[in-house]
Amino acid sequence: MFRKIAISAVSALGLMTGAAFAAGSEGHVEDVAFSFEGPFGTFDKNQLQRGLQVFTEVCSGCHGMKFVPIRTLADEGGPELPADQVRAYAASLDSVVLPDGTERPREWTDKFPVRSGEGMGPDLSLMAKARAGFHGPYGTGINQLINGIGGPEYIVSVLSGYTGEEKVEAGTTFYENHAFPGGWISMPPPLSDDQVTYADGHPATVHHMAEDVAAFMMWTAEPKLMARKHMGFVAVTFLIILSVLLYLTNKRLWAGIKGKKSAA
Amino acid sequence: MAGIPHDHYEPKTGIEKWLHKRLPIVALAYDTLMIPTPKNLNWMWIWGIVLTFCLALQIITGIVLVMHYTPHVDLAFASVEHIMRDVNGGFALRYLHANGASLFFVAVYLHIFRGLFYGSYKAPREVTWIIGMLIYLMMMATGFLGYVLPWGQMSFWGATVITGLFGAIPGVGEPLQAWLLGGPAVDNATLNRFFSLHYLLPFVIAGLVAVHIWAFHTTGNNNPTGVEVRRTSKEEAKKDTVPFFPYFVIKDLFALAVIMVIFFAIVGFMPNYLGHPDNYIEANPLATPAHIVPEWYFLPFYAILRAFTADVWVVQLVNFLSFGIIDAKFFGVLAMFGAIAIMALAPWLDTSSVRSGKYRPMFKWWFYLLCVDFMVLMWVGAMPTDFPYDWISLIASAYWFAYFLVILPLLGVIEKPLPQPATIEEDFKAHYPHAAE
Repeated sequence: MFRKIAISAVSALGLMTGAAFAAGSEGHVEDVAFSFEGPFGTFDKNQLQRGLQVFTEVCSGCHGMKFVPIRTLADEGGPELPADQVRAYAASLDSVVLPDGTERPREWTDKFPVRSGEGMGPDLSLMAKARAGFHGPYGTGINQLINGIGGPEYIVSVLSGYTGEEKVEAGTTFYENHAFPGGWISMPPPLSDDQVTYADGHPATVHHMAEDVAAFMMWTAEPKLMARKHMGFVAVTFLIILSVLLYLTNKRLWAGIKGKKSAA
Repeated sequence: MAGIPHDHYEPKTGIEKWLHKRLPIVALAYDTLMIPTPKNLNWMWIWGIVLTFCLALQIITGIVLVMHYTPHVDLAFASVEHIMRDVNGGFALRYLHANGASLFFVAVYLHIFRGLFYGSYKAPREVTWIIGMLIYLMMMATGFLGYVLPWGQMSFWGATVITGLFGAIPGVGEPLQAWLLGGPAVDNATLNRFFSLHYLLPFVIAGLVAVHIWAFHTTGNNNPTGVEVRRTSKEEAKKDTVPFFPYFVIKDLFALAVIMVIFFAIVGFMPNYLGHPDNYIEANPLATPAHIVPEWYFLPFYAILRAFTADVWVVQLVNFLSFGIIDAKFFGVLAMFGAIAIMALAPWLDTSSVRSGKYRPMFKWWFYLLCVDFMVLMWVGAMPTDFPYDWISLIASAYWFAYFLVILPLLGVIEKPLPQPATIEEDFKAHYPHAAE
C-alpha cells in the first residue's frame, strides 16, 4: 500500500517536472557551488556586500533594479549593512525626479534607480529567477531537480563567458559569449580583473566578481530566501512528527477492525 | 440521506429537539460524517480529502493575496513583487498558492485515474463522475486565469495563445475572442475580467464539490472490489462498512500529513521548480518568448491540441468533408476539448459489467498503457513540434481517443473477467483473516 503511494508520489513529481524547458541553442552554463544552495544553504553577507559593490560600480551604469527597496540592504538575511550606511548609500544614488519636474535626494525608503532608454540593459531585480541555467535532459527537468534552476550560474557564465570576438550587424556591435543563447550578446564585456577593489581584500578576478554579483542578484530576486527555508524546515519537521502520530493513531484505531493484536 | 442503512441522528436534549424541528443541520452534519464507508478502501481513496484541503488552501491564501494585489497592467507585476518583499509572510502565501495549484492537479489526476481503474464512473455513479469532470474543467479554467494574474511574460503570452484557440472557431471565433479579451488583444480589460473570474470560479467549484459529495453519499462509495455494500439490512451493511468518522477521517489525515511533508519541502526549498523563469519577466506585448509553454498540468491536452497538424491525413479528410470549415487549427481545438469530453462519457463507453479493474485481466494492461500514454503526452507537450516529437504526440493522442472510443467498448464484449468476491466482508477477511465480525 505504501509502495503504491510512494510510486504515485514519485511519478507525480516526475511528471510535474515537465514544466518545459525545451531548449533552443542553449549556451554552456557552468555549475557554481553557491552558499545559498540546498535546503540549508544561506546567503554569505560578505559576498552580498561585495556583490553590491560590483553592482554599484559596474552594472548600475546601464541596469536598474526598480523592484528592490534600498532599505532592504539592512534587512536580516541580506547584505545586512548598518542603517546609517544604507542611508548614505541611498543619498549617493541618482536623485528622484518628482512629478512636477523638480528633484530630491534618494531616500533609503525609495527603490533602486530605473535605467531605461537607448543602450541601457534590462532591469536586474529578478534576473536570477528569470533565467534558467540548467535544462533537460529531454524536457524532463531532472537536471534542475539536482542542480537547481541555475539563474545565478547563468549570470556567472555570461559575465565570464566572453571569447573576445566581436561583430557588427545592422549598426550594432555583438560580442561572442559562449553562455548566451545564440552565442552573440549586445552587452560589451562588463568586467575585467581588479576592476573593483574589495575592502575585505578578496581577490577581484572576473570570475570572483561575477560570482559575487550573481549571489547579490539572487538576493535581490529572492530577498526572503533564508526566511523561506527556515519556514520550510519548521513545517517539514512539524509535519513529520504529525505524520508519525497520525500513523500510530490510525494503526491503533483500525487494529480492532482488522483483528490485529495491538487492539488491546 | 438515502443509501446504505445506518443509524441516524436522534436529538436527545430539549435544545437539540428544538433546533432539529426547525433546522436539521446537526442531523445533516452527523449523517455526512458518520456515513457507512466500505472498510476495504485502499490508499488511492485518500485524494478526495487532499483535494478538499487544496480547495480550502487556495481560497484562504487567495483571499489574503487579493488584499495586496493590484489588477492593472502597469501595477500587477509590481504588486506581486510587493507581496514577495513587503507583505508579512507574503512570500509564503504566494508560493503556497502557486504550488498549491500544482498539488491540486497532482491530486485530481490521481483521483481521476483511480476512478478510471476501479470503474467508479459506472452505474449508479455516473452523476458523481460527470460533476467531477465539471469540477476538473472549472479547475483548469481557474488555473489558467490565475496564471495570467502575475502579468509576467508567460502570463501574457499564455493568455494570448489560449484565447486564440477560441478564435479558431469558424464564423463566431474572432468576435468571441474579442469578447473574451474585452478588446482586440490581451490588455487591461483582459486582466480585470480574468481577475474577477479567477475569484468567482473557486466558489463555483466549492458548490460543485458539495453536489459531488452529495451524489456519492447517495450511491455510497465505490471500493477496490467494485462490489456494492449490502443494503438489505443494517446488520449486513455493518459487516461491509465502518463509519467515516473516525476510521477514514484519521486514515485520510495521516495520508494528508505525509503529502504535506512533500508539499512543504517543495514550497520551502524549491518553490520555483514547477514554474517558468520567463514569468519573472514583466509582460511585454512587443517581445514574444522563444518557447511559450503552459503549466505542467495542461501539457497532456496541449500536446493533443498541437498533435493534429495540417499534414495529418485525418485532418485533411475532415477538412475536405467539411468543405474547409474545420481546418487544422480548429481540429486541434476540437481534439483538445474532445479528449476531456470523452472522459466524461466513459460510463457509457465502457460496456463491461465488471466494475473494478482488479478482475479484468485484459483491461488492466490497456489501463496501464493509458497511464503511460498520459505521461508521454505530458512530456511531449513541453517539447518542440519537430521530428520525432510530432509523431510521438500524434501516436499518443491517437491512443487516448482509441482507449475510450474503441478499447473500452470492445473489452466489455471480448474480455472474460475473473471471479469477484461475493461481498466486501469476504474480500476484507481474505486480507485480514482475524478481522472482527
